[in-house]
Amino acid sequence: MVTPNSISRESDLSGGEYKWGFVTEVEQDFAPKGLSEDIVRLISAKKDEPEWLLEWRLKAYHHWVKMAKEQGEPEWAKIRYPQIDYNDIYYYAAPKSSTEAPKSLADVDPEMLATFEKLGIPLQEREKLAGVAIDAVFDSVSVATTYTEQLEKLGIIFCSFSEAVKNHPNLIKKYLGSVVPYSDNFFATLNSAVFSDGSFAYIPPGVRCPIELMTYFRMNAEGTGQFERTLIVADKGAYVSYLEGCTAPFRKTSQLHAAVVELVTLDDAEIKYSTIQNWFPGSKEGEGGVYNFVTKRGICRGVNSKISWTQVETGSAITWKYPSVILQGDNSTGEFYSVALANNHQQADTGTKMIHIGKNTKSTIVAKGISAGQGQNTYRGQVKIMPSAENAVNHTQCDSLLVGDQCGAHTVPYIEVRNPTARLEHEASTSKVSDDQLFYLRSRGISEEEAHHMIITGWSREVIKELPFEFAMEAGQLLKVSLEGAVG
Amino acid sequence: MLQVTDLHASVVDADEEILKGLSLSIGAGEVHAIMGPNGSGKSTFANVLLGRPDYVVNSGVVTFEDEDILELFPDQRALRGMFLAFQYPAEIPGVRPWQFLKAALDARREYAGEKPLSVRDFSKLFDDKVEAVGIDPDLVKRSLNEGFSGGEKKRNEMLQLEMLEPRLAILDETDSGLDVDALRIVAEGVNSLRSPDRSFLIVTHYQRLLNYIKPDVVHILVDGRIVETGGPELAMTVENSGYEQYIKAAVAD
Repeated sequence: MVTPNSISRESDLSGGEYKWGFVTEVEQDFAPKGLSEDIVRLISAKKDEPEWLLEWRLKAYHHWVKMAKEQGEPEWAKIRYPQIDYNDIYYYAAPKSSTEAPKSLADVDPEMLATFEKLGIPLQEREKLAGVAIDAVFDSVSVATTYTEQLEKLGIIFCSFSEAVKNHPNLIKKYLGSVVPYSDNFFATLNSAVFSDGSFAYIPPGVRCPIELMTYFRMNAEGTGQFERTLIVADKGAYVSYLEGCTAPFRKTSQLHAAVVELVTLDDAEIKYSTIQNWFPGSKEGEGGVYNFVTKRGICRGVNSKISWTQVETGSAITWKYPSVILQGDNSTGEFYSVALANNHQQADTGTKMIHIGKNTKSTIVAKGISAGQGQNTYRGQVKIMPSAENAVNHTQCDSLLVGDQCGAHTVPYIEVRNPTARLEHEASTSKVSDDQLFYLRSRGISEEEAHHMIITGWSREVIKELPFEFAMEAGQLLKVSLEGAVG
Repeated sequence: MLQVTDLHASVVDADEEILKGLSLSIGAGEVHAIMGPNGSGKSTFANVLLGRPDYVVNSGVVTFEDEDILELFPDQRALRGMFLAFQYPAEIPGVRPWQFLKAALDARREYAGEKPLSVRDFSKLFDDKVEAVGIDPDLVKRSLNEGFSGGEKKRNEMLQLEMLEPRLAILDETDSGLDVDALRIVAEGVNSLRSPDRSFLIVTHYQRLLNYIKPDVVHILVDGRIVETGGPELAMTVENSGYEQYIKAAVAD
């Protein structure tokens, strides 16, 4: 825990506003607005991609056009937003100075480095000491990757997606789309057609990645969509902990974010994936904000393998994401720990899917939703036990916390069991911050706002403690800043 | 230190008054006990002093160190040196006693214009006090009051009292549900903190806690008013003959 004093000073400065909302003046290289086959070809050409990848993009594009015509966007989620004009979006925006890729940090645009400084992204020497390797994605292009050489000695590959396409085409060819096929869903299909960059990590057999890998995403250019793609493969017996952070500047217009993340674990491997999502949530009146339509899925392909998702979702006007695990290998484990916050006019529809295929597979879901202001928070989860999944076990816990009386919390669990040996537990609770708790803390000299914060982060602790230490501190602060004005 | 004049209070949204003109005065360094039968308003009084929002003050004046405190929020009263040891402390999941007390002590020090204690100094103080009040050290690593037994909750209240060192400590039936050992720990805590500039208000139904903490003044509270004030011997009178005579007298009023 950060000491309460330092938190309150921090928040005083922000004055209850989104404090990551600065814009960086960097020359941008845009593709024209709108989506067409030509744009897809242009993106692929800009990146000097091999023919097979262009083909894959085009298959996705044509499939998306068909989906758009026949079904349109998915409508089952409990979210409302104005129609998105897909022809009014820039699908490619690279900072101009990086069209020739930077060779080292010295080659990176100083304005951009200053942006990362403001974000507190550790890119330089002192952070190397902290043991974090970072791939920073600015709009859709990967800017700089630290620590690569040290990782290379262990055979670990950690680089931007574009570099991976160039340098490790066989791995990309083998795994791209293997968990989230290009035809998966409207937003994933769109991503498959136009994704411009992202991160790639490969951990070779038996290697335990000694540091946390991290990608920091930031949207900057106005009217751009961000379509990054992350692929992480943990080979037999490998382990990696991966962190992802996101911010976007304050803008009146909405920005579309449609990312795809694919995780693969082979025998005895483990991936721990942590996200702090702090995209701009829109103004207090509900203007602007990021539409966050993300497809995240992992597959435990090998026996005894494990995938764990932890997310703290405080940003975005709309959050639509369901990080999932397909438990294919026998004895494999899937976990999902989530805190989602919806304040002001934010809408969050988030949860997970656990698909049990292998024997003795086990999944744990701890989903916590905080609703404040007029925020609407929905947990939507699916647990599916296939006939082959002997002795599968699932434990699901959904907790909702309401702050104020104009917000909403909704829980939509789907359970499908096709093997009688399965054991499933589902617990759900809804609570408010109680007056007794508040009075107790305040009677010790703790201010009302601080008391609320303490109760809410305490309530979220089961999830926050799953995050790596530095991230856990950031998560606590984000919860506090995001809730300012909602209490009292 | 504390001056209460003709205090009238009721539960929010209820017509009937619980405190019906309560007056008392506590000087610096004094230990006062308030005794009374169930439903006399003892706990209400203790909670109203800290500003619990379930109650509304209809009239009367309460000053703490010559400042009118009725308009102050509970945290503002606490920062000025008031403390309530709860009869039923709230359970707060996920908040560790260590973290909670650090925040409370930092807030108080900041109000007093002092720097917060370093984590190291705070931890040492905390560990010493945990040992002194006899709390299982594993317990304070868990969530605040969650899953604590009745006795553990009371000890945790005493831990906070010792850490925060208030000017005025109000103990709301801290003795209820305690065995003799725990009772002795509470009493030792209070006795060790007695000083010329610190006062206590001990709210209790029974006289037994007063065997261990010798009060300077004993008040008998019946039906929302102080009906009798005396020395420590008054507690013995109540112990021997009960509250009947006071209740009858109050009804006869």
